[in-house]
Amino acid sequence: MMRPVDLASQADQLAAGDTTSVALTERSLAAIDALQPTLNAFISIDREGALTAAAAADERRTAGRPLSALDGVPIAHKDIFCTAGLKTSCGSRMLDTFVPPYNATVVDRFAAAGLVTVGKTNMDEFAMGSSNETSFYGDVMNPWDTTRSPGGSSGGSAAAVAAGIVAGATGTDTGGSIRQPAALCGITGVKPTYGRASRYGMIAFASSLDQAGTLTRTAKDAALLLELLCGFDPKDSTSLDVPMESWTADIDKPLDGLRIGVAEAFYDDGLASGCRDALEVALDEYRQLGATVSTVELPHLYLSVPTYYVVAPAECSSNLSRFDGIRFGHRATDCDDLAELYTRSRSEGFGDEVKRRIMTGTYVLSSGYYDAYYLKAQRARQLISADFKAAFATVDVIAGPTAPTPAFGLGDKVDDPVTMYLNDIYTIGANLAGLPALSLPMGVVDGLPVGMQLIGPALSEARLLNAAHGFQSATDWHHATPPLFQGGEQ
Amino acid sequence: MPLSQADVRHIATLSRLEFDRDQLDDFQVKLDRILAFVDQLTAVDMDGVEPMAHPLDLTQRLRADEADTGIDRDRIQQNARETTDGYYRVPKVIE
Repeated sequence: MMRPVDLASQADQLAAGDTTSVALTERSLAAIDALQPTLNAFISIDREGALTAAAAADERRTAGRPLSALDGVPIAHKDIFCTAGLKTSCGSRMLDTFVPPYNATVVDRFAAAGLVTVGKTNMDEFAMGSSNETSFYGDVMNPWDTTRSPGGSSGGSAAAVAAGIVAGATGTDTGGSIRQPAALCGITGVKPTYGRASRYGMIAFASSLDQAGTLTRTAKDAALLLELLCGFDPKDSTSLDVPMESWTADIDKPLDGLRIGVAEAFYDDGLASGCRDALEVALDEYRQLGATVSTVELPHLYLSVPTYYVVAPAECSSNLSRFDGIRFGHRATDCDDLAELYTRSRSEGFGDEVKRRIMTGTYVLSSGYYDAYYLKAQRARQLISADFKAAFATVDVIAGPTAPTPAFGLGDKVDDPVTMYLNDIYTIGANLAGLPALSLPMGVVDGLPVGMQLIGPALSEARLLNAAHGFQSATDWHHATPPLFQGGEQ
Repeated sequence: MPLSQADVRHIATLSRLEFDRDQLDDFQVKLDRILAFVDQLTAVDMDGVEPMAHPLDLTQRLRADEADTGIDRDRIQQNARETTDGYYRVPKVIE
């Protein structure tokens, strides 16, 4: 069977001399051009920078000194990561003209490994959204059905990988922003343990929840990319100073004895029957592979969405106070005094969803309401986190659906913020507890892909990726491509 | 308790945001809906539960107190709309 090209096969082709970085990069840039009018997956394209980097990668390869196994492979960065000399908008009018003077650590790490950045992907404004409809640069369309959302906030990265424009892209996940779009676009999305990936140069939304990760076709590719992306960074005060074991070395390990937990909390009324059925089939597949499936309790998980919508807006209102029109970002003109400059710059620069989050956060932190909301949410966060700790005493991973439904229509949920927030009902818990989690394709429902989420204890990425890879070694869902697919086959 | 229009205006002032009449109505309705949703939390007894501010139980890491060059000031200020001699310009603050 023909399979879509992935990062690992591109690396093999480069190593064997069957292709060049320039050829792969030109192919990727051509796919952007072909699909940009249909998908709108990119905000910026760095044609010249990419081809220069690709030529340099080819020279290194010819000289016999590639920087890494993935040297010369084209990828895309979510437009939340600062790229020196290349516009970084975070999907906002506020940063429409912002050109960072430095690279995010994640960007530096990929550059040091020789990866070629073809462009910056579209996203919900400041990563606040679950459908990519809050972007100042317009909706991203789902390559499986362009009337539907790719999910969000890393919707541009998910659409780009699903459509074969690049085989890998970065994303960020504050409440599900990697896993949910991965599920809706039929690819693999991984959010590592909080603190594994540096947040330096990654524009902050909610600092105690934000974590960088990857969107790729396969779990194997995710492991390859995450080994480059993760690691201690002295420039991020919450970066984890722990040893980095290999995440690819044991990825082929058989799944005999893997203990999978399933929580009743993930089977709520909102879960579409097609997703429920696909999950049952997927769990059977795991049993065939030697895993055991048992029930675990997550009694406070139902509090995760309301908890998140106190904690995340509170942190957002604080983080986004830096946008004052003075040092960077949009600046209103003809202001009489400083207060007017602040207020008008912010009112003109931010979109409605970002304003709602700032307002919610300001309210829950304001005098007289702090105990009722913020303190209460911090307590709920403790309960949710303790539930996970207790569950992981008896299982290695917790499996469930990533999202309640397959991709929904663009425009379907924009008028009701709470309906939109409930998209992340299964993913938010892992952020609140700081746990690693991933989504992998587990089926197709009504012609649309659906994802299975695996959550593990802190620092269990190797085991999670092994569990996902084992499933993908026995199934073909991750090879399914949308009608618009423009990548090559192997 | 539902938010009044005056409440929304007050939150907007604290947030350094401004809205016209129509926007104010829309924000009132949607913020109300969000707060009614998060109000689920107030119904749960959590007395005695230690608040969790952060997933990592870390103390602040300090670096050695050594001078570092950082990023060049002029490059940083290229993103500012108004600067003079390395300073940022703002409208008059004191009359």
